Amino acid sequence: MRVNGKGLVDRSTPLSFTFDGQAVDAFQGDTVASALLAAEVKLVARSFKYHRPRGVIGAGSEDPGALITVGSGAKSDPNVRATVQEVYGGLETRSQNCWPSLNFDILSLNDLASPFLSAGFYYKTFMWPKAFWEKLYEPVIRRAAGIGGLSGEHNPDTYEKAYAFCDLLVIGAGPAGLMAALTAGRAGVDVILCDEDSILGGRLNGETYEIGGVDGQGWAAATVAELAAMDNVRLMTRTTVTGAYDQGTFGALERVSQHLSTPGGQPVECFWRIVAKRSILAAGAIERPVAFRNNDRPGIMTASAVRTYLNRYGVASGQKVTIFANNDDAHRTARDLVAAGVHVAGVIDTRQDAPDSDDYEVHKGAEVCNTEGRKALEAVTFRFADGREDKLHTDCLAMSGGWNPSVHMTCHMNGRPTWDQDILSFVPTEGTIPGMITAGACNGVFSTHAALAQGMAAAESALGDLGVKSTKSDLPEAEDAPYRLKALWAVEGKGRAWLDFQNDVTVKDVKLAAAENFRSVEHMKRYTTQGMAPDQGKNSNVAALAVLADATGRGIPETGTTTFRPPYVPVSIAAMGAGAQGTGFAPQRFVTSHKASVDAGAPMIEAGLWYRPSYYPAPGETTWRQSCDREVNMVRNAVGICDVSTLGKIDLQGSGVGEFLDFVYTNMFSTLKVGKTRYGLMLREDGTVMDDGTTARLGESHFVMTTTTAAAGAVMGHLEFVRQCLRPDLDVQMISVTEQWAQFAVAGPKSRELLNGLLDEQIDDDSWPFMACGEVSVQGTKGRLFRISFSGEHAYEVAVPSRYGDSLYRMLVSRAEAMGGGAYGMEALNVLRIEKGHITHSEIHGRTNAFDIGFGKMVSAKKDCIGKTQSERPGLSGDDREQLVGLKPVGVVKQLSAGAHLFELDADPKRENEQGYTTSVGFSPTLESYLGLGFLKNGRARHGEEVMMVDHLRGITTRCVVSDPVFFDPEGGRVRG
Amino acid sequence: MADLIAKSPCAGLLPVTHGDVTLSEMDMTRMTSIAPFKGQDKAVSATLKDAHGMALPAANRATGKEGSRAVWFGQGQALLIGPEPVAALAEHAAITDQSDGWAAVRLEGAGAEDVLARLVPVDLRKSNFKRGHTARSQLMHIMVSITRVGDNAFLILAFRSMAKTLVHDLETAMQGVAARAAG
Amino acid sequence: MRLTCPICGERDRREFVYKGHALALDRPDPDAGDDAWESYVYLRENPAGVTRDLWQHDGGCSAWLVVTRNTVTHEVLKTELATAVKEAQS
Repeated sequence: MRVNGKGLVDRSTPLSFTFDGQAVDAFQGDTVASALLAAEVKLVARSFKYHRPRGVIGAGSEDPGALITVGSGAKSDPNVRATVQEVYGGLETRSQNCWPSLNFDILSLNDLASPFLSAGFYYKTFMWPKAFWEKLYEPVIRRAAGIGGLSGEHNPDTYEKAYAFCDLLVIGAGPAGLMAALTAGRAGVDVILCDEDSILGGRLNGETYEIGGVDGQGWAAATVAELAAMDNVRLMTRTTVTGAYDQGTFGALERVSQHLSTPGGQPVECFWRIVAKRSILAAGAIERPVAFRNNDRPGIMTASAVRTYLNRYGVASGQKVTIFANNDDAHRTARDLVAAGVHVAGVIDTRQDAPDSDDYEVHKGAEVCNTEGRKALEAVTFRFADGREDKLHTDCLAMSGGWNPSVHMTCHMNGRPTWDQDILSFVPTEGTIPGMITAGACNGVFSTHAALAQGMAAAESALGDLGVKSTKSDLPEAEDAPYRLKALWAVEGKGRAWLDFQNDVTVKDVKLAAAENFRSVEHMKRYTTQGMAPDQGKNSNVAALAVLADATGRGIPETGTTTFRPPYVPVSIAAMGAGAQGTGFAPQRFVTSHKASVDAGAPMIEAGLWYRPSYYPAPGETTWRQSCDREVNMVRNAVGICDVSTLGKIDLQGSGVGEFLDFVYTNMFSTLKVGKTRYGLMLREDGTVMDDGTTARLGESHFVMTTTTAAAGAVMGHLEFVRQCLRPDLDVQMISVTEQWAQFAVAGPKSRELLNGLLDEQIDDDSWPFMACGEVSVQGTKGRLFRISFSGEHAYEVAVPSRYGDSLYRMLVSRAEAMGGGAYGMEALNVLRIEKGHITHSEIHGRTNAFDIGFGKMVSAKKDCIGKTQSERPGLSGDDREQLVGLKPVGVVKQLSAGAHLFELDADPKRENEQGYTTSVGFSPTLESYLGLGFLKNGRARHGEEVMMVDHLRGITTRCVVSDPVFFDPEGGRVRG
Repeated sequence: MADLIAKSPCAGLLPVTHGDVTLSEMDMTRMTSIAPFKGQDKAVSATLKDAHGMALPAANRATGKEGSRAVWFGQGQALLIGPEPVAALAEHAAITDQSDGWAAVRLEGAGAEDVLARLVPVDLRKSNFKRGHTARSQLMHIMVSITRVGDNAFLILAFRSMAKTLVHDLETAMQGVAARAAG
Repeated sequence: MRLTCPICGERDRREFVYKGHALALDRPDPDAGDDAWESYVYLRENPAGVTRDLWQHDGGCSAWLVVTRNTVTHEVLKTELATAVKEAQS
């Protein structure tokens, strides 16, 4: 029901939205909750376990009652709090966790079964038979107990993440936060002020306080206007600070466009990472409910929420409102309602010394002990100290058990709050978050005057830390009423009294947990689910602790609290990972020949971040094997072109490079002649092979190292480690030149002929022998030429500055094609190297050493190097080691597979009998057979022996002969030819 | 004989404008990494000053001006952008051609800071990151060099192979900033 | 978490790569014996309190750093260039 003349909603802008398909009227500035209350829609949701009717209970992000789903289809967003979702024209909302409808929910039968559904019910009941758990129990429970569901569709919305920096972060814009921001802003420091509400002012907007002679709402608006005009102050509305992290880092969720009917390309949410030199927590407090029988009916709300709906939204939460409290503050609700012309049925106060009123009846020393009404509250029963009971017909009960300071953020770095017996609640422990000062209600002071004073003092303290002088401001006058309360957690009596409205945890459940010896607060929480999921203890924690403390005969401080962890409000994964969906997941790296390969129809495969061509289908080819076979033959018989730019290239210069390379490689490089290239092997310090590649000496103190594509980044980091941390005595300057050069393998018997058609100066065996390197001129462009080979053919790698990569690649391929060759992809490259027994990271996979791959002799005896000492340990060489071998099918089955296991011919193919495994396989068109590389126990001594390859996964068993890993041209004549 | 044809890293991708921010590719130019040998910083700086009119930049700073700039490029490294480096530099420093290794883009407009705030975990506000300041950092997942070259203008260098991702990430942020400004 | 790179200043953790304890700087002589090598390659303390680690400012200037920090309070007590630490040792 709307109350005329009250509230900050814009009555000149009426809006309409839908709830479960029904149109609901609202005004600009309403939340779904305020609009539903105005429309007298009480039943909004169903609870988690018992499917009990739920309505709006609070007025902020802590509300445990009214969870709804917003939007439809792929864009639907479940578990949105109706108290947070602002209304816009055309907004679609739905109730959740009910079937077939909110009003008639079949699973509310759970409520009748409640005697069986107490704490630990699932653990006790669904123990056996074990197989039933997955097939029956879990699906049924998941269906029955739940909240909103996901659409199951791809989310088309955009999200954002961003970074911000400031001197002072003020969290919360109530009186304390506004005063702090004003004090700091006037002093000129960079301030960020965050508040989760759509308008700043905090409780001032829900109350009828006066500050400095004007009404609180007006003071807040004027203060915000002054702050907004300051260049050094950034106001962030609809932004909840969700967590405090190390070294002054905070997470904050900004709801950017969820309140807009036409977002116009704006992101839904933005997740901020804010870095602040100092912070002030002014997060306020949350009013706590009271546990009494049937305290969960729609219409039972917190007293402050009833005030907020009246003063902020101009909505009476009921026609006959009753107040139930243990403190003076809640009496404001009665006074505000009466002043606005709303009927107050009475105030029930547990204290004998409760304040009197001329406007409504105050029942002193009484407690509400039961309620009536199925889908909405109809009456409350209350009981006096002498046992006399009375009943009030009422449609709204505004309850207050006192206030819990929002200490959450102060606990995010493992801090524990301190119990304050005066206010019967936890307050922040000083210093738990470095650089953070707490102020106002979150610090346990509840008058407006105290909030303003602490806000100002906190800002002055922060300014002092920042070394900035405060420009003294006057503290505006405000109410300073004492906060008087009497402990009240749970009203004695039969029936169920809710502590956690979200998870359906009652006083009985907590007592049962204690009786079953779940006495630790952390155990009780997990046993009962109290404070888990959407509630996060915001509403239920202190009362549940008090009940547990009572049941276990301890005090509350001894019982302790559970741990508050980030985030303070739910944060969608989409916001945290914004920008990282789809292609944003990782950078894509493209070689300069990418377009040419795609134009040629080559399917691309990912190699780390790079995209490389798999094969180049020719007309008439229908399978990748046909293309691969052709490309292999092409390289063996004519000439093939392959982009090898993805290999890491590191430029090393300085007087110490030779010695440096001797230290990082197992073999010698200081002796390499200028103009020559050498293959090198790199170990980890534990003796395992790290990487391999060729390094060319371009000048006396100038080398270029190549790494494998996969390990380029790791090798660069390793070299930097060795250079900076182990050998800073050597003068070595290094930089990656991977991106500078487009480099292409030109491989095959016609490779030189092809190159000589492009090079400005002809080469021959004398000028460019095997392993030679140097500068060349390619079509007038300065490039580099290396005579190296991964295919075992007479081959070169030619490099030009990347800007010419696309052009040179197309030229190379068209010339190769004219000579009976062409481009080859990764599949052919793999077959070519298997034919030659060349290793890749399939073989140097992190568990093999130089001995295992047959390169033991490459570990130079003449010098120390990384990994040398450890590679010499006993057990890392000898007959017991699995050694690199070649494998070729000799039986009926002709197929090999990678990752299969090797066994002796007659052995049972089980783990105990394993002799080794395969690492790389491929079909060799050259040798017309499958070929494999693998590791076999004492393999080098077993050439010629037959073994069985068993692939248990794919069901392949193949009889193989063991051989040297080099299948083709073992003398290496072709590479020199 | 046909000459090789040069192609820039962001060919076909730029320029783009969203709201008041424009992203454009710098003209291809000479880029040289200069890494002074041990104890040679002063000699390198003097040579650089004599030949090209600018000192070796201190960490996190850039020297020179548009068309001839030296940008600090990481521990012990500077990137000379524009001039062909004088041969004498090689006596005191490792000189490496990087002209083709980096995509070089310019982000300009009143909202440029807001765009970068969505991608780079460094405080690039004008009060903290002034003209002539430079930083090595990350833009989303990409390693970058960022230099403020004007009141509202930044020079951003990223690996050439990642040009498409660089443009994609910047453009996504530009669209978000523009939509907020319009919304 | 933020670390102060002696070259670049205070930066977000995402720019850094962690390696392990700073004793990795103290590589034994080749003939130092099995115990010394085992300690160097494999054995690490896991202190509740102050520790010294190696981090690389991989997403920044590439410098390797020795970071002294408290594993309990998360306080970062000191960051130094690893090269400077190594050179001071010898």
